[in-house]
Parts: sequence; structure tokens; C-alpha cells
Amino acid sequence: MTVKTLTINGQLISAREDETVLEAARDAGIHIPTLCYLEGVSEVGACRLCLVEIAGSNKLQPACVTKVAEGMEIQTNSERLQKYRRTIVEMLFAEGNHICSVCVANGNCELQDLAIEMGMDHVRLDYHFPDRKVDVSHDRFGIDHNRCVLCTRCVRVCDEIEGAHTWDMAGRGTNSHVITDLNQPWGTSQTCTSCGKCVNACPTGAIFYKGSSIGEMKHDRAKLDFLVTAREKQQWNF
Amino acid sequence: MTRLKLATVWLGGCSGCHMSFLDLDEWLFDLAAQVDLVYSPFMDTKEYPEGVDVVLIEGAIANEEHLHMIKTVRERSQILISFGDCAVTGNVTALRNPLGSAEPVLQRCYIEAADIHPQIPQEPGIVPQLLDRVTPVHAVVPVDIYLPGCPPSATRIKAALEPILHGETPQLAGREFIKFG
Ligand code: SF4
Ligand code: SF4
Ligand code: SF4
Ligand code: FES
Repeated sequence: MTVKTLTINGQLISAREDETVLEAARDAGIHIPTLCYLEGVSEVGACRLCLVEIAGSNKLQPACVTKVAEGMEIQTNSERLQKYRRTIVEMLFAEGNHICSVCVANGNCELQDLAIEMGMDHVRLDYHFPDRKVDVSHDRFGIDHNRCVLCTRCVRVCDEIEGAHTWDMAGRGTNSHVITDLNQPWGTSQTCTSCGKCVNACPTGAIFYKGSSIGEMKHDRAKLDFLVTAREKQQWNF
Repeated sequence: MTRLKLATVWLGGCSGCHMSFLDLDEWLFDLAAQVDLVYSPFMDTKEYPEGVDVVLIEGAIANEEHLHMIKTVRERSQILISFGDCAVTGNVTALRNPLGSAEPVLQRCYIEAADIHPQIPQEPGIVPQLLDRVTPVHAVVPVDIYLPGCPPSATRIKAALEPILHGETPQLAGREFIKFG
């Protein structure tokens, strides 16, 4: 395996040739904001929060799906990127119904964390206030589509780690939403094993343990790490 | 230095932000020494005065009266602060928006959910008409400073007001100062 050398924000970095810009940055302790990225499952490059500037190209590239290359010069936090990122986060808030004060994930939410990071003290875009549903037909879990940011982390974790593929996407544009099985109530799903991986993968308050009250929905990402390590390296670190 | 004229206004909110203002405890003495409170639910005044320097707006714009009031406030005030999540985002007050318009909201609350005497209140001039859509304050008039939180903590309120007393613009950033909810 060859090693590539590149610079991120002027800092000289070496990375394995199969690494992405995001992985190389993280190894070097450089923070790039992400939302759809979840360690251990495949990358989809959907949310665009990890966009970076690469010298010689006008096009911004998502760090989570861009492989490193020799001599790359990358900027992760220019004024332009900060501006775009804040707008992306505002769009996510404007297109759903995010009422943090009454949300199970208040204080434990990656979208909220991003808003704070981007300095979002208000949303400049008009709120859409869509009419979205809540499904609490499952015995143990619920999904509130009002809080869903369509990151597909639930889809990938259920398919790639649990192997159930209960979740998928349906609809287009503003009608896009996640579904269980053949677009039926989650509680009637024949494939769901009730493992709870989607609950821990969800970045927001969209998928939650039933009975959680405001701010009580904590995600245990360590559980997912544990499963991925167990599967890939055959190591069970208790 | 002349004393700043401070006002606080209560629109479509639960009054929680005003309660949080009272949590400023002994700092209220310092504040009282430096400003004149000229309009507020904490005092007995009917008319929003001219020449207000700083105003805290609690609540979203949910009915005709709020709409009228916020325009008057904007005209007569220098620094307008969106005070709390309802003012900044619509928050709980805007939970009704996905229902579409005012009519289904009134039907739901006063007819379907009524135990006795189902009837939609109609008192022109007394009960203000609901707007079809609840909006944050900045959707209606320009806002100068945003103070999110449901409610913003006393620490956060102080962090917004203190610099203004010294003629500076507050810089609110980070979890402690701009987290919603
Ligand atoms: S999912 Fe996150 S951003 Fe959305 S309402 Fe809940 S806490 Fe707020
Ligand atoms: S609980 Fe497990 S099997 Fe069921 S949908 Fe979630 S990840 Fe898939
Ligand atoms: S339910 Fe959660 S994990 Fe699934 S797409 Fe929506 S936000 Fe992402
Ligand atoms: S984290 Fe890279 S596009 Fe979402």
C-alpha cells in the first residue's frame, strides 16, 4: 500500500491511498463537519456538510467520498464553506419541523450540534411546516418523520450491519421519506428484528425509544462501533 | 450618559421567557440602576412609547394583534431582540402550522375537543383573529439580535443585555448561548 502526501489547511498530512479525505483529516485531528457519514457503514455523500475545497478545482467535493491523492491541497473551513454549511443546516431546519424544545433528542442531537457549530442563531429561510406523520406502531421504537433529515443512516445500518434491510427511501423531492418494508407501519414489518441499531444510528430525534420524554433520547454510537469491530476484525472488546 | 429606555413585549408565547428574565435575580437591581423600563407586562402601561432603545420580544406572530403590535414596536425601537425560541423560530406556537390554516385549528380546539358548549369565540375588537400561519418575528420585521432558547437562561439574557448597556453589540455563540430548545 502506498502512502499519499497532501496538505489540509496548510498542514502536511500523509494518508493511505485508500483513505478518504475525511478519514485522513480525522486521523490528523482536523475536524470536518458531517451528518450522513457514520463510521462502519458505507458512505453516500448525501448531506454535503463535509464539502471541502481542493486547489485547482472550482467544484467543491464531499470529503467523505473523495479519495486522497498525491499533492492535494485541501481547505476545510474557508469563508465560502462556512457560508454554505450554515445554509445547508438552515435548509434542514426549514424543510422539517424541528421544535427542539419538545423533542426527545434535545441536547443529544447531531443536527442541533451542527447548528451550534455553524453559529446558527436563527433560520433566514422560510419554514415549510410540512404535514408529516409519526409512526409508533412498533412495540419498542417510534419514528417521527418531522425530525428526519433523510441521511439514510438507518437504511444503511439496518441493511449493512443487521442484514435486515427493513428501511428504505420512498418519494421524491420534498415528498422523500424513509419507509419500513413495503411502506407499511413499522409494527407490521416482517423483516425488523427489533435490534435497535437504527435507533442508535439516527443523528436526530427521528427514531427513538418509545416512552422517551423531551431530551431523554440518547444515542449509543459505541454499540455500533462494537458490532463493526466484531464483524470486521473478529474482536469482541468488552 | 442618558439612561437606556428598555421595553419587553409578550406576543405569541407562554410567558416563560419573561419568567426567565425574572431569574436574573440580583442583577435586576444593577439593570434597574442603568435603564428605564418603559413598557412591559411587568408594569401597567397601555401604549407602546416612542423612542425605545432596546426591546425584548417574546413570542411568535400568531394573530392580528401581534402583527399590529410588532409593526408599532419596530417603528418605535432602536434595537429589537428576538427573545426566545417562539420569537426566533415559531417554536411551540407554530406547532399548529402543519394543520394548514386558522380554521382547522379553531375547529380542533373549540369544536372537536370541547366537552361542553362547542363554539368558536367571535368577539370582533376583543378577541383578535388568528393568522393562518404563525411566523417568527424576523419573517415580519427586521430583527437586530437573536436570543434563542426555550426559554433563554438568565445567563444568556444577561450576555445579550450587558454589552448593549455599554454600547456594544453582543456576540452570542456556542452551546451555552445559541442552542435551541
Ligand atoms: S431532531 Fe434535533 S434539531 Fe430537530 S427538533 Fe430534535 S433536537 Fe432539534
Ligand atoms: S430495529 Fe434493527 S432490524 Fe429493525 S429496522 Fe431497526 S435496524 Fe432494522
Ligand atoms: S430516520 Fe434518522 S437515520 Fe433515518 S434517514 Fe431520518 S434522520 Fe436519518
Ligand atoms: S458527511 Fe459527507 S456528504 Fe454527508
